[in-house]
Amino acid sequence: MNKNRIGLVIGCALILVWCLLPVVWIISLSFKSQAAITNGSPGFFPAEGGGAGFSNYVDVLADDQFRRAIFNSIGISLIATVLSVVLATLAAYAIARLEFKGKKFVLTTALAIAMFPVVSLVGPLFDMWRTFGIYDTWPGLIIPYMSFTLPLAIWTLSAFFREIPWEMEQAAQVDGATSWQAFRKVIVPLAAPGVFTAAILTFFFAWNDFVFGISLTSTEAARPIPAALSFFVGADPFNRPASLLAAGAVVATVPIIVIVLIFQRKIVAGLTSGAVKG
Amino acid sequence: MAAIDMKNIVKKYGDGFPAVNDVSIDVKDGEFMILVGPSGCGKSTLLRMIVGLEDITSGDMVIGERKVNDLAPRDRNLAMVFQNYALYPHLTVYENIAFPLRLAKAPDNEIDQKVRDASKTLELDEHLERKPGNLSGGQRQRVAMGRAIVREADAFLFDEPLSNLDAKLRGQMRTEIARLQKRLGITTVYVTHDQTEAMTLGDRVAVLKRGVLQQLATPRELYENPCNLFVAGFIGSPPMNFLPAEVDGTSVKLPIGTVEIPAEKAERVGGKGLLIAGIRPEHFEDASVLDESRRSQGSTFRSVVDVVEWLGNQAFAYIPFEAPPEVREQLTQLEKDLDGESMRTQLVINLDGASRIAEGDEAEIWVNTSQMHLFDPGTGENLTLDADRAGRVPDANAMDAAEAAGREQDEAGSSVTS
Repeated sequence: MNKNRIGLVIGCALILVWCLLPVVWIISLSFKSQAAITNGSPGFFPAEGGGAGFSNYVDVLADDQFRRAIFNSIGISLIATVLSVVLATLAAYAIARLEFKGKKFVLTTALAIAMFPVVSLVGPLFDMWRTFGIYDTWPGLIIPYMSFTLPLAIWTLSAFFREIPWEMEQAAQVDGATSWQAFRKVIVPLAAPGVFTAAILTFFFAWNDFVFGISLTSTEAARPIPAALSFFVGADPFNRPASLLAAGAVVATVPIIVIVLIFQRKIVAGLTSGAVKG
Repeated sequence: MAAIDMKNIVKKYGDGFPAVNDVSIDVKDGEFMILVGPSGCGKSTLLRMIVGLEDITSGDMVIGERKVNDLAPRDRNLAMVFQNYALYPHLTVYENIAFPLRLAKAPDNEIDQKVRDASKTLELDEHLERKPGNLSGGQRQRVAMGRAIVREADAFLFDEPLSNLDAKLRGQMRTEIARLQKRLGITTVYVTHDQTEAMTLGDRVAVLKRGVLQQLATPRELYENPCNLFVAGFIGSPPMNFLPAEVDGTSVKLPIGTVEIPAEKAERVGGKGLLIAGIRPEHFEDASVLDESRRSQGSTFRSVVDVVEWLGNQAFAYIPFEAPPEVREQLTQLEKDLDGESMRTQLVINLDGASRIAEGDEAEIWVNTSQMHLFDPGTGENLTLDADRAGRVPDANAMDAAEAAGREQDEAGSSVTS
């Protein structure tokens, strides 16, 4: 018993180190001064005189380009997430509840789209977006994000909807609800864990995307953080500001962590327990 | 409060077979109507058509003075308790009960008043803030009823509300539902497959088979005057005994012996050849414990008792017999219709607790032949039916119609699978 416990602790520690070391190292880098990094600063903690305090963060946040990129990323990801989840909720509900021709077709097409390699679409999209005039705009990124996240969201959500007993809606309708009220007041709250799961997945995809972000934008009008970070060059093009980049990367990670913490509370398993006979 | 009038209701599903076939039932204002039958008889479908969750293929559904065929469930003002309760798990008990009122946009103080009244009636006061997931089966059941009574609905509809409860609780809730219905005096339609619930709760009972109404009558009428073999076998526990019978004058030849029947019964079945006799277990008795006056009402025979189950106040004795093939087929089919296993043909008789008959004894058994029914083995019709005391019996032979529908469906089903 005790032996098992020790093994468990050691195993967990190993996995944690493996996963978190790069993250911790980025944080460590972000607190070192640029000069210290250029001269070589192998230690985890900044060497004597090599620490930069929060100055890297101040510099990053003072940078107009970076602030703009953060704003773009948050805006684009949130809009893509909200639209995608709303559409997916409605679509998944229809797929779970209604019998219609082409249901299988919709589901398989959705899956096929999700399997498409992102890179293969970048070229055509670039051309199309330039023609349509949405190159380097928010919609230019929101649309591809949605088309890649919708299938996943639809699949996740329709699985959740299928779990909800039919009687719930029927009871609501008998109680005097319209179909829309039954959907909004009974079905959506019950599917909340699914909705939030879909939302998190969508947000991750949009936030972490690099390929679309760098190919479909040309200015800071729409450039999201991952792309912006790659353009982040200091005064000396041969000497990339590693510590500033590290600070930028940390700042870019914070919203993801916040979102996950918020949504995680909502993902409570077994919410439907007690709906029907137990 | 409203009467519910179903006129020639038909429900056909995609395969074209009627799940409910030409059923007419009039539920009077304030009446407790039971829809009963074995699984697949269309009783739940009928209930769901009343409430509007199933479309009506043809026929009229009139609630109060309104024809509601095309109204959405929310416009029918009916309250329903589902078999699995269908409580909203994300809402507290209070909000569950308040849900219909909130949808109706009632003012908060009125909602509070009504919810508290309902919770008091159903003894849910201390659970109002809990979620349904934390309640026991009986409590969930009461919440579901609370959600129904809180609205001033025109009628209550129950879809097998007790089938998920354990036996003891089921008995308690049954009484509770009866009391509540009497107090509120509200029209109620109650679906069950349990004949005890049907007998104890209903003002009137509609027996359905394969979507066809068999008989619509009070529990007593159903018990004493079943219109056909199906109703006779379905109502009563242990079920009625069915024996092959040959009538000659006033004497009836049964496999267990020959007995005499009253002249007026004999007259009605004269010249029909082989019949099926139906006798309830309690219409037999150990001849030795009977007094002379009762003894003369019936007839006695001697037979070897196979098994005796003594329960204190009464005893069940089993007497096996051989049935000729013409009748056996009908009896096997009947057993299948009643969701039963086709067992050996045997007579179940209910003896007085004082009876001393033991297993293997040859005993003299008395049978009350005035209570004997005689059925036509072909159509299942009760030939000795007292039509004045049998409630409403559909004109055409309902059991035959149901069987024809069933056969057709089975054949179609087997041709699809093969």
